[in-house]
Amino acid sequence: MNNRDAYDTAMNEITQLIQQIAPDAQIEAKQRLTVTVRPDQLHPVIEALYGNETLCFDYLISLVGMDWGDRLGAIYQLSSSVDLTREVIVITATADRDNPLLYSVTDLYGTAHLNEREIYALFGIRFINNPDMRRFLLNDQWKGFPFRKDYVHDPKLNPETVVSSEIIDVAPHIVERDGELIEESVAVFGEEDYIVNIGPQHPSTHGVMHFRTSLDGEIVKKIDVHSGYIHRGIEKLCESMTYPQMLHLTDRLDYLSANINRHALCMCIEKAAEIEVPERAQYIRTIMDELQRISSHLLAWATHCNDLGATTAFIYGMREREHVLDIFDKTCGGRLIINQNVVGGVMFDIYPDFQKDVKAFIPYMRRRLKEYDDFFSHNAIALGRMVHIGLLSREDAISYGVTGPAGRASGWSCDVRRYKPYALYDQVEFKEIVRTEGDSYARYLNRLDEIEESLHIIEQLIDNIPSGEVCAKVKPIIRIPAGQFFQSVETGKGEFGVFIESSGDKNPSRVKFRSPSLSAVSVIPLISQGAFLSDLIGITGSMDFVIPDIDR
Amino acid sequence: MEVNDIKIKAFPAEEFKDNDTLQLYIDELKKAGGSVIVGKLDQLIDWGRSNSLWPIAFATSCCGIEFMAAASAHYDLSRFGMEVTRNSPRQADVMVVAGTIVNKMAPLLRRVYDQMAEPKYVVAMGACSISGGPFLNSYNVIQGVDRIVPVDVYIPGCPPRPESLFYGLLQLQRKVKIERFFGNKRIKRNYRPETLVHPETGETIDPQIDFDNE
Repeated sequence: MNNRDAYDTAMNEITQLIQQIAPDAQIEAKQRLTVTVRPDQLHPVIEALYGNETLCFDYLISLVGMDWGDRLGAIYQLSSSVDLTREVIVITATADRDNPLLYSVTDLYGTAHLNEREIYALFGIRFINNPDMRRFLLNDQWKGFPFRKDYVHDPKLNPETVVSSEIIDVAPHIVERDGELIEESVAVFGEEDYIVNIGPQHPSTHGVMHFRTSLDGEIVKKIDVHSGYIHRGIEKLCESMTYPQMLHLTDRLDYLSANINRHALCMCIEKAAEIEVPERAQYIRTIMDELQRISSHLLAWATHCNDLGATTAFIYGMREREHVLDIFDKTCGGRLIINQNVVGGVMFDIYPDFQKDVKAFIPYMRRRLKEYDDFFSHNAIALGRMVHIGLLSREDAISYGVTGPAGRASGWSCDVRRYKPYALYDQVEFKEIVRTEGDSYARYLNRLDEIEESLHIIEQLIDNIPSGEVCAKVKPIIRIPAGQFFQSVETGKGEFGVFIESSGDKNPSRVKFRSPSLSAVSVIPLISQGAFLSDLIGITGSMDFVIPDIDR
Repeated sequence: MEVNDIKIKAFPAEEFKDNDTLQLYIDELKKAGGSVIVGKLDQLIDWGRSNSLWPIAFATSCCGIEFMAAASAHYDLSRFGMEVTRNSPRQADVMVVAGTIVNKMAPLLRRVYDQMAEPKYVVAMGACSISGGPFLNSYNVIQGVDRIVPVDVYIPGCPPRPESLFYGLLQLQRKVKIERFFGNKRIKRNYRPETLVHPETGETIDPQIDFDNE
């Protein structure tokens, strides 16, 4: 049975399954199978997809809040941990704009929790049975829901201020008991709890993360994640921009994987507008992506070691990173944010000595990896602070959608480059690094091993760059046909996705970025429960998240 | 005193692109007057202070990474006596605001600033902290940190390269060198808090709040 047949069989199975539960659901076979259901059918349908043993849709890629003008709704992108190519889209919507309610899927997917809270803050949709329905990203005092189409920003309603607002540790939620909806509020912490604020301005949280941590002596009892200290409303800004204008905003999400993020958006637009990318551009993109991944992993390694007290390692990691940045600098003048990818190809061709520089870098980096291994990877203190610390099981990794080196350290093979190859990843040979220990040390080793794999990929490509154009001819104003488009890539942190809903106009009607860091943060309360406070810092270092990617 | 008399170790005065702004400050301070003896004392203090400006990196996004790159071995911020990045505002002299500041962060930025000991300086690093940068039209972004705290030096770029950061910090060194702390004749700094109002009462917030001798 070939792939096409297998796909059809699976799709038939899904169709039958859904029709049993929701006979009036609309099922369309677009690029991916799209199911539209009534709000009350949503939970049973998703539960059936989740629980079915052969299909096993246990990975929620992203949860997108939507405002279609007359209806408010959500789009669930489901995939399977066994086979990432298997995807289904579930759409639901409610016409009630004053008090929109949908059913929560937090009981099935851990990652849904923060996503639903985010949708509440931005769209005002509340989710029944979500245990904690406080706003994520925005303050509790915020008036209005900024992502709704009828929202008009009024500085008088939400003024800039220097007056601090109190943090209220009471979480309202709606539960359904015996068919009745009951609004309740629960305290996030116990009355006797001793609470420490870690962040938002703290050197070890890798940015402006805010963990409210309750402690029992030195042991972490509970963590309440607050975020949004760098919520810039990028997705909303995108709605007022043309497609080429949007590009530079993706770089500023996860700035350590800037080029890879931009690659995702470019590919999404190219796929939708049917633009063919020249072969030479594909080579340059892939090599640049891998160089970017190396620099991202180096910084992750450096800061992780710094969190564990090894300042020398931090200096070493930054030193090697400069070599990569020098190559970027010579190619296009940028260091951190390189603005290399554009729709249709790349903006700048490589410089004459590019191959020479990259080839000199590869053996240099290999020597350094050996050095890292010698001086830190087997250090007794480092082992003591990483081995069996911050254990993340495979089930939890899938439920919370933790992808990237962290997900693969828990035994979940989730490399997008392997399952949904883009650019030239189907033509190169590389190992997917999977470990099963699930602790900080496995995540640490995974990153170092992935640097080696990236070097291996670059080696295969660097001598074979074909000549030709680096950018296809693209009109200055790009219109993409009406519809929904999704493209995911593997960044240094995990699966990064771009979702675009277009109405056929020159700017999108909704853009959503699937953030790998959000998943990494949402799992922190789980894996650091019962750990020492000092280990919490080590665990956050090993998860390697970037805050602007979470807040967007 | 003229601009060319201000000597900093790393960079001769004529190589700075902007000497005029500094000359304006010098003229202003001259008008205020001062005695010779105290002036010499001032110079001694300025010499010490300008060569050991300890930064606190208020790093929210991309610019923070460039700050880290500037502080590590390749660019080596310690050449200018600034390598001691303090994580506590109470030990820091200069706050480098590196990244976008949003509504939710503004009170915290102000609180960190208020916790710093005088004399204190603020460097706005990158387009976001100067004006909001690429996120200017966003509903949640503060259009320039000079609405929240007074700013001494602006460093443009998105993000600025470490070299630009150094240029800005050296300009700050020169500014510190001309200051006269005796008699509190300080340089006036960019500060426009007109838009700040109390979120509940709607009253305008006094710009002098927690902020002395402006």
